Amino acid sequence: MERKTKIHAEDGKQELMITREFDLPLELLFKAYVEPEIVEQWMGTKVLKLENRRHGSYQFETSDPKGNVLLRTNGVIHEFCQNQKITRTFEMENTPFTVQLEFLEFEKLTGDTSRLSMHSVYRSVALRDQMLQLPFAKGINMAHNRLQDVMLQLK
Amino acid sequence: MNLRRDVFQAIADPTRRAILLLVASQTMTAGAIASNFDTARPTVSKHLQILTECELLEQKQNGREIYYHINAKKMKEVADFIEPFRKMWDDRFNKLESIMKKYKPSR
Repeated sequence: MERKTKIHAEDGKQELMITREFDLPLELLFKAYVEPEIVEQWMGTKVLKLENRRHGSYQFETSDPKGNVLLRTNGVIHEFCQNQKITRTFEMENTPFTVQLEFLEFEKLTGDTSRLSMHSVYRSVALRDQMLQLPFAKGINMAHNRLQDVMLQLK
Repeated sequence: MNLRRDVFQAIADPTRRAILLLVASQTMTAGAIASNFDTARPTVSKHLQILTECELLEQKQNGREIYYHINAKKMKEVADFIEPFRKMWDDRFNKLESIMKKYKPSR
């Protein structure tokens, strides 16, 4: 069964909703969010800190294949309800993006399926739109970099 | 004044989005489109003009009538704008799913 990730981003609003249904029991879906070594695998990032509790905090670090740190992200966990929800802030360090608020809700659909809803609230409409464009812009950059790599090998 | 139009500005307006939805199902004249809205006819005409300038709508002369139809290519461009963001999350979640499926037996 194909399960697709859906993005709901209304024009002129400073929020967006990401929803996804999983062929996984609720407990396993939730586990993927709280076990540092599992988070590292699917997010492709290093987990420096992950305190799964109210008023806990987290910090992730993404590096390029050579080990140079590309980005650090962090946040504070405001609410933590096992197998139900995580409310947290999310911030990308040393970027023009300001902190955003994330409401993650985990729902049981059947014994083997579950749904995640991620509601993100940004400081402004413009910031949300920039965030949406980020992978779009990055995709263009990556294509350029690949081209550059190929060209360098040809030299 | 002729403002430079871009498609995202065009679809930011709820009436224009409603027009696009309407015309997506069938080609229509300006009059037929306007009859679906409580808004004054000149306002609808203005919206049609903006949508045409942005190339989201195309005009086709049929006898004495001008019909509007959707420019599918341009519409796809707009839809694709958010696609890399969606794809990024979809890839992550696919990975999450496959990792956790393997995790199951060792539980």
